[in-house]
Amino acid sequence: MGFKVLIVEDSKASREFIAATVESVSGVEAVTTASGFEALKLLPRHRFDLIITDINMPDINGLELINFVKKNPNYRETPLFIITTEGGEKDRDRGMALGAAEYLVKPFQPQSLEGLLRRYLKLA
Amino acid sequence: MNQGGKALSDFVAEATEILDTLNKDLLTLDERRGQEVDPDLINGIFRAAHSLKGLAGLFGQDRIARLAHGMEDLLDRLRLGKLVLDDTTLDALVEGLDVLQALLVDASRGETSNTQSARVEGLVSRFTHLGEPTAPGEEDVLDRLELDAQVRAVFTEYEEHRLRENVRRGVSLWRVRADFDLSDFDKGLAELNSRLKPVGEIISTLPSAQPSSASGIAFDLIFGSKVSDKELAEALEGTLAQLSKLAVRPARATAPATPSVPPPAAQAAPPAAARMAASVPATPEAPRAASTRRSGAKKGKASKQPPPAEPEAPVVPVVARETPSPLPQPAENEAGSKGPRVDFDTSLRSLTQTVRVDIRRLDGLMNTVGELLLIKANLQRMTESARQEGTLMLSKAWVQELARETRQLERKLDALQSGLLEARMVPVGQVFDKLARLVRRIAREAGKEIDFLSSGGEVELDKLIVEELSDPLMHIIRNALDHGVEAPEARVLAGKTRRATVSLRAEQKGNHVIIEVSDDGAGIDEHRVREVALQKRLITPTQAAEMSRRELLNLIFLPGFSTARNVSELSGRGVGLDVVKNNISNLSGLIDVWSERGRGTAFQLTLPLTLAIIRALVVGVSGRTYAVPLNSVLEILSVQPKDIRTLERREVLDLRGQTLPFTRLARLFNLPERNTGRHFVVVVGLAQERMGIAVDELFGQQDIVTKPLGGRLQSVRGISGATDLGNRRTVLVLDVAALLEEGMGPERRWA
Repeated sequence: MGFKVLIVEDSKASREFIAATVESVSGVEAVTTASGFEALKLLPRHRFDLIITDINMPDINGLELINFVKKNPNYRETPLFIITTEGGEKDRDRGMALGAAEYLVKPFQPQSLEGLLRRYLKLA
Repeated sequence: MNQGGKALSDFVAEATEILDTLNKDLLTLDERRGQEVDPDLINGIFRAAHSLKGLAGLFGQDRIARLAHGMEDLLDRLRLGKLVLDDTTLDALVEGLDVLQALLVDASRGETSNTQSARVEGLVSRFTHLGEPTAPGEEDVLDRLELDAQVRAVFTEYEEHRLRENVRRGVSLWRVRADFDLSDFDKGLAELNSRLKPVGEIISTLPSAQPSSASGIAFDLIFGSKVSDKELAEALEGTLAQLSKLAVRPARATAPATPSVPPPAAQAAPPAAARMAASVPATPEAPRAASTRRSGAKKGKASKQPPPAEPEAPVVPVVARETPSPLPQPAENEAGSKGPRVDFDTSLRSLTQTVRVDIRRLDGLMNTVGELLLIKANLQRMTESARQEGTLMLSKAWVQELARETRQLERKLDALQSGLLEARMVPVGQVFDKLARLVRRIAREAGKEIDFLSSGGEVELDKLIVEELSDPLMHIIRNALDHGVEAPEARVLAGKTRRATVSLRAEQKGNHVIIEVSDDGAGIDEHRVREVALQKRLITPTQAAEMSRRELLNLIFLPGFSTARNVSELSGRGVGLDVVKNNISNLSGLIDVWSERGRGTAFQLTLPLTLAIIRALVVGVSGRTYAVPLNSVLEILSVQPKDIRTLERREVLDLRGQTLPFTRLARLFNLPERNTGRHFVVVVGLAQERMGIAVDELFGQQDIVTKPLGGRLQSVRGISGATDLGNRRTVLVLDVAALLEEGMGPERRWA
């Protein structure tokens, strides 16, 4: 029984880097999208075990996505990580206040994301 | 986090995309200098710098990350209204982009040059010192807005700032609620946005956590608008959107009575913020134009399609201001003026070999491939039936079917070929955009006042050609700015307008694209050209006496020619127009110059649409076979020896009253000539040049793929490459542009 992780990030290279890191953990599958809108469409179609989102995105911002997830009874229990960059502290704090579980500041080491994944997915 | 070459090329590809966006948006900002700033535009630039910072950090590109961070901070202050965009700031941003581009070139080569590192440090410190520090302490106008705290919690810092600006300006704020079906809510939202944008600013798009139904999704748009309630209702007529106005409580006694006036200095609204507030567009017109643009760009990005052609007027003026804005400190001043020097050596060429292709074009190709597979299946079935029937039993119907399938195959292969060619095409505007920015900088450094006009950016050419064009065009434009256009004072003395005009224009004509760079400057002095050419022994006095004005002008393309008495700093690369001409010839193109003293100069490049697959006329000379690109063949004549006469030691043909230069391919390539009674003459032409080429035989037309020649053959003039004719025979392809030039040139130099 595999795990599914949703990655919402508009930068292609970052998205692929995160996806590669996520999939390096065995038994975890990454579903990626570049837009918040697309994420809203993907949510009801899959059962995600974890969501990783960027904050600055073109259509809806990451905070809006976090709020949507955390207010919705179907998804509210899904742990959610924020990806931010240095300088985005204010928005990051808001994201945490809205219910994000963890945040990662770019650039980060793949190991730190891996560690968090294992912890939240309760993998050995 | 080094993940090797693949990762690096990924990084370069995406960084290039981001820098292209940055370039476009900064250019728009630049064009609108002095006008009100569109918040969407600044936010877009901020987002680009932000993405670049994250991306560079991820790939360990520290210098790019550091500079992008500096730019992002600056842009963040701009978009949050803590800093006003003035010329100095804009110049710094433009220079930042230049350095980022140079750094990316470094990165793609795996180099780290110290010059660039120094520029990064210089710029970062300049960015930090721009603008005034902000004084905190004003009552937050947002507290007066009746908005659910839960909704407010979801705003980013920027959205909150935009909301605050709207409240401060006394703009009515609305919550627009709309329900959509989950499967196509983005379409519905786009429709709603297109209704709203003309009448105001969409501050935030919030997906509502409480769905209206299981398969639906609701959105709350926070919207600021100056139009009346009635007008807004009209704009939304026919949609299911519900409007509710967000109330604003009156300000406390200490706060200003009218919200559109910034609070008195005592309350210390940051002075910069106040000015920003004043400079925010008061009419909805400005944001409308800009926001439609941005939404276009976003859409393109989301669906991975090339950005749709923007509905702009055909001629886009780019106003380059000459006034050098004072740089803050002398030390930085030096770094600033040194910077572009370095840049001129880096090419404007893209770093990546990728082409973004409209998905519909690929779908079309996929369809064609599907049809080809069908034909293959038919042919397989026929082979099978032929095998079973035995060779003697092939019926007439079978043969007819085979003929039909072959015709189908041919048609589909044609479609596949033209589809692939189309996929390689990109708009020349890609290069024009980059040049526009360069023009502004060069003009400023040379102290010239220029209006730069470009048109025809939508004309498409093979990606390969567009790439190769940027360097020659850059060179011609620099010449125009450096030598062509006079200083403002000199222009006024000559009775011209103070500002000069430099135009870049592209136009498609049949199988060719014409690109013209023209200026209304001093023009080229042909007497001076003759003098120099004689001095440098490029021509003999006899030749000089015979030359027409046009031939004289064309001497500027000869190697070793340069009329500038001393090489100026600007054109200091020691590269002449001969190199430009070579570059264009390598693209099977032709360059021509027109100039009139006192009126200006125009360079015209004639280029083929594509180099990949061309149709060629296959001809025979002395038992050998050659291919002539059909796009330059005008007609084929059959002439008697008596039609050929000699004029000034050259053979010519009389064609309908006109004299046509004539050359025998056999003599050109030192082949034994056959004594045939009559000749076939292939008349070729490019731009205004015409020439007749005598051949022995005509074999017909064929599609060819030209392969470049290697080694010693590479330098043979008159041959552009080799091709395989399908029967495993390799033949040489004639370089028509070179043949025409040799035919016209002052001397014949066949090796």
